[in-house]
Amino acid sequence: MNILVFAENTDGNFKKSTFEAVSYAAQIAKQNNGTCTAVSVGNIADEKLTELGKYGATKVLSYKQELLGKFAAETYSKVISHAAQNDNAELVIISNTYSGKSIAPRIAARLKAGIVTGVISIPQTETGFKVRRTVFSGKSFADIEMFTPVKVIAITPNSFAVEEMPQTCIITQLDAGLTNSDQVTRSVEITRNSGKIVLTEAEVVISAGRGMKGPENWHMIEELADILGAATACSKPVSDMDWRPHTEHVGQTGITIKPNLYMAIGISGAIQHLAGVSSSKVIVVINKDAEAPFFKAADYGIVGDAFEVLPKLIEAAKAFKRG
Amino acid sequence: MKVLVCISNVPDTTTKVSFTENNTKFNSQGVQFIINPYDELALTKALELTEKQGGTVTAINVGLAETEPAVRKALAIGATDAVRINAEPADAYYVAEQIGAYAKNENFDLILTGRESIDYNGGMVAGLLGEMLGIPSINVITSIEIENGMAKLERDIDGGREKLECKTPFVASAQKDLTEPRIPNMRGIMAARTKPLKVVEPTTASANSKITGFEMPAAKGVCKMISVDEAGSLIGILHNEAKVI
Ligand SMILES: Cc1cc2nc3c(=O)[nH]c(=O)nc-3n(C[C@H](O)[C@H](O)[C@H](O)COP(=O)(O)OP(=O)(O)OC[C@H]3O[C@@H](n4cnc5c(N)ncnc54)[C@H](O)[C@@H]3O)c2cc1C
Repeated sequence: MNILVFAENTDGNFKKSTFEAVSYAAQIAKQNNGTCTAVSVGNIADEKLTELGKYGATKVLSYKQELLGKFAAETYSKVISHAAQNDNAELVIISNTYSGKSIAPRIAARLKAGIVTGVISIPQTETGFKVRRTVFSGKSFADIEMFTPVKVIAITPNSFAVEEMPQTCIITQLDAGLTNSDQVTRSVEITRNSGKIVLTEAEVVISAGRGMKGPENWHMIEELADILGAATACSKPVSDMDWRPHTEHVGQTGITIKPNLYMAIGISGAIQHLAGVSSSKVIVVINKDAEAPFFKAADYGIVGDAFEVLPKLIEAAKAFKRG
Repeated sequence: MKVLVCISNVPDTTTKVSFTENNTKFNSQGVQFIINPYDELALTKALELTEKQGGTVTAINVGLAETEPAVRKALAIGATDAVRINAEPADAYYVAEQIGAYAKNENFDLILTGRESIDYNGGMVAGLLGEMLGIPSINVITSIEIENGMAKLERDIDGGREKLECKTPFVASAQKDLTEPRIPNMRGIMAARTKPLKVVEPTTASANSKITGFEMPAAKGVCKMISVDEAGSLIGILHNEAKVI
């Protein structure tokens, strides 16, 4: 099976989700006597590209046309489809990041390929081709069989380990022959929340709800997150009231996340909230109400006032970091 | 301006999900269905845009007769007319092919979808449609203004935001923050009864994937409780026992 994996870079650097995707692709290639080729789009140093060999890619197809310096779904999907055809790929793997989500379906439509997003399993290939994804925002899983000769799957970040499987990796520069008219959308300005850990990629998330009483109390949440290298999140009412930006809202109508640790402080655990966070590996709940539904979904719990518990946690976390 | 809004009919967010037929079918018994919340935002935004500069808003749904209440609700909220493509929405690819076949000859300036449906969470229809129609698709937009066929938009990107421009026609998917959903009023509900709702038969297309089964996540074991006095010990437990920090 020829496998093509999109090696997404952000401003010339690979993120963990990219290495996860390459490791995932290499593992499927190994199981199916296939090849693992990575495709890179935009400006990135060749030394960085060779790094993909560490995770099992034997070839990198690199597209560096000037036009591709900025992400646009219509151009990136054309280029990746070009790579897929060039490499006779039967399976195209993309990480389900915001950019990944915007190109995966376009690639599928170009290649007339079946597509499944939100994938959390290695494909089962003994009989047919089946993958597992989360549905109902994490309330359940679905097994999906794909029928087309070419398939596109987008995998959920934090679902697969980054594994080293060193290979010699050859870089080939390609040109898909795009012209300016291929790019219709024009990026005007990009603002990144610098210095902050991206919520969808975070391994540890400290989240808080209405129990925090008001935005002025969030310094405690931020301090704890800072010490633990965590991202911050919140419940829906908190972002609805503008205590926190909507990008922190997790749940069925917000972001679905899957960190190793999700700590919920002053959040009741409504079904819509749980939907977005229940796939977290370990859940800690801090709530003053022992009857809060969230405790039923938790691994560890503290029944107590957040304003009393948080200072203790911050102290302990500081001590822990000092060693 | 002619706007098309894609509407999906989904189980209410409070639904306790369960399955039938040996875990191969969603159990819709007693489940309340609603317009997908993100689609509701897309619809409201379409109305705001056309109210400002004139135009029509068509709501489109791929579904069997049972989805008609959702389509009527879209009309009650304010859509000018509606189309229901009379087919079981087999998978996202199939849905996009159906909507694409309808939209191809209708010259819409803008097609809006929700960022994802809250049941199958695919988030694929916007991109599939864009490619099938040969126009751009812009995911997770949080703001949009259109003037003389030129749109200024903002969208979420990984760890930030992007401002971009695009000329019509294009597809965009609605993210929270785009607007506040509108609740239909009595007049809207009355008017919806007489607004055109066209039922169109599907074009031939075949689904290229199939759900073979569902499974519920494993139940959590017992929650280990820690007293407030011992709260600080949680950090050590998370490091030594849970091994997550
Ligand atoms: C269509 C729809 C979609 C929705 N989607 C989402 C979604 O995506 N995400 C989401 O989060 N919600 C969603 N909701 C809302 C959801 O139903 C809940 O209302 C919401 O999650 C509650 O937020 P909360 O837990 O912060 O607030 P509350 O329910 O008010 O709970 C606050 C909690 O804090 C505790 N508390 C109070 N003071 C303290 C203190 N000093 N110390 C410790 N604990 C304290 C209380 O005991 C309580 O459990 C949705 C609702 C609907 C109808």
